[in-house]
Order: sequence, then structure tokens, then C-alpha cells
Amino acid sequence: MAEPMKIRATVQGDMADVRILMMHPMETGQRKNSKGDLVPAHFIKHVVVTHNGKTVLDAEWTQAISRNPFLGIRVKGAKAGDKIAVTWTDNKGDKRTDEVAVATGS
Amino acid sequence: MKVRGGLAAIALLCFVGTAWAQAGGDLSVGRKMLLEDNPGELWIDKGKALFHEKRGPKKASLEQCDFGMGPGKLEGAAAKLPRYFPDVDKVQDLESRLVTCMVQLQGFKRDDVEKKAISPSRSAGSDVEALALYITSRSNGMKVNVTLSHQKEYDVYKAGEYLFYRRAGQTDFACVQCHGEANKRIRLQDLLHMTNKDGAGEVASTWPAYRGAHYVVRTMQWRLYDCFWQMRLPDLDYGSDVSIALTTYLNHSGNGTIIKVPGFKR
Repeated sequence: MAEPMKIRATVQGDMADVRILMMHPMETGQRKNSKGDLVPAHFIKHVVVTHNGKTVLDAEWTQAISRNPFLGIRVKGAKAGDKIAVTWTDNKGDKRTDEVAVATGS
Repeated sequence: MKVRGGLAAIALLCFVGTAWAQAGGDLSVGRKMLLEDNPGELWIDKGKALFHEKRGPKKASLEQCDFGMGPGKLEGAAAKLPRYFPDVDKVQDLESRLVTCMVQLQGFKRDDVEKKAISPSRSAGSDVEALALYITSRSNGMKVNVTLSHQKEYDVYKAGEYLFYRRAGQTDFACVQCHGEANKRIRLQDLLHMTNKDGAGEVASTWPAYRGAHYVVRTMQWRLYDCFWQMRLPDLDYGSDVSIALTTYLNHSGNGTIIKVPGFKR
């Protein structure tokens, strides 16, 4: 059920501005549904961003991140056409990878 | 002493007034920042997939659905809605038209579709919400252009104008009481001045929108439903004549505004 991410990467000077939108319920495990039962925790645990295959960000996430999270980073030395790939893994083992090429900035 | 106390109170009120106005200004800056990375965009692809997928008891896609520009023609279609459709002999907005297609082409049951159209908060959203967003996004960058060329369109527009100004319900409340003046707000939310072209334009050009606190994309039908609830009026039926009349009035008032969806609401 992992939905595709929206990734925008544009060159800004000597780096690339990378903006990532992910669709994920990010359930904390604390919330109750209308029947009063706990909604099981379901959140992204691990996010990896690579630039031409080289890891530039390796992050551990928790329930504290919002639903449908947004992640913005700047990658030094990235040029137009370079590949930026993002992978997330959640606590149920669900996984999603999306890749974009860096676009020339305005 | 009495007079002085009164003056002090007035002075204090003025001070509070400016403090709130400044708070409103800061919020709009924050909203602009949110608009750049709008999670609502995630629903556009979902809507696109749903539009082309063969679904429902009749195993059909929505590619034959006519939104007024011909079957399957979506470019600029949402900008001209609501409009008159001869096949149903009614004026329909985007969502009621969409439901008509889902019933006629795909064979879904109308009650089921309408019941699920407004999704619960913190859910993955409904099909109608994703589809409405995708279809409206195909009019992005175009101007809202609701023409009242058919007599029924004009009648519905007039009905919407009447409803906008008419006080109703247990609190004797009309839309215009909140939306008829500039710089009004409810708690910390700025209220749009809809009898003004810019305010009406914002209504006409930013729905469907990602509703931050609900984590889902919301549509104009939801906005009206929730307004009716806040006004303590009877529940607004999904796709009802009342909702279409108000949408026609507001969209026509916002003609000329450039569509940019998904919007972002607090």
C-alpha cells in the first residue's frame, strides 16, 4: 500500500534543494478509534537519501513525525542530471523507493 | 472617573485589535510557506490512476465522462463548472457531475458513493476527493470562467445569491454575516470577504485543498457542509441543489481568478 513519493530536486548554486513529500499514516500507537480500541503503531522508521548512489542522509524516525511527512534537505555538490533517490522503511517492513534527476534551477 | 475608565477600556480594545491583526498577518506568511510543499499533491497521482482505472460493477473507466468539454476532456473543464448538462437537465458542480459519471458509467450505487465522498479525518481519503482534485488540477493556471449562458445556470446563480444573504436556522445566521466584510476572523482563522472579487476568487480557485488538521484533501462540498454545520443548519446533503447554487454563485463571483490546486488550508 506504499504510495509514491513526490520528490522535487533543483539546483541552487553549488547545491541541490531537495523537497520530499511522503504519503504515510504515521500512526503513533497511542490513538484510539471510534470503538475505543488502540490503533496499532504504523510509522516510518528509517529514511535514506542517496546522491548518485552515495548515501547523503540516513535518518531514524519515530512516531513524533507528522502524517504525510515533508522532508527538505540541501545536497552539496549535486549538479543537474544527478540522481537523487529516497527510500523509507516503516515498522511493518513496508518499503518504498523513488528516484528523480536533479533539475536545473531558475 | 467613569469617563476615564471608559476611555481606558477603548484604548485597551484598540490595542488588542492590532495585536490580533498582526497575528493574522504572521499566519498568512506561514500558510504561504506550506503551500510550496503541499501534501495534497500526493493525491493528484492517486486521482489520475483512479480516473483511468476500470472500476465498479460495469468495469469501466471515467474516460468517457463528460465534464462539459466532451467525453474525457479535462483541460480547463473544472474552470467552467458548475454548468448546465443537458443529459441530466440540471446544473451540476464538479462533484455532482463526477458522482453522476460514477453511477452511470461505472455502475456504482449513488448512496454508497455519496456516503463515502467525504472521508474521515486521518484516513487515506476518498475516491471522490482524489478524483475531484485530479480533474481540477487539469485546470491549473487557467482562469475561473463560469458563464451563465443557459437560463437554468442563471436561475441557480440567483438562488445561490439569495441563499448567501438569507438568514436561516436556530441562530438566524447567513453566510454574509461572516463573509460580507473584510478582515473578519473566527478564532484565529481569517474569514474570506466573499462579496469582494478577490475573496470570492480565492474560494473559486483553491478547492480541493489539503486540510492540515484533517490530513486529507477536502473539496468544496465539504467546505459548504462544514459551514452549514457551524451555522447549526440542517446537514447539507452531498451534491444537493443548495450546495450547487452556492457554488455557482461563489465561483461566478470569482471569475477571472487563476486556479491553483491543491490549496492548503490550516
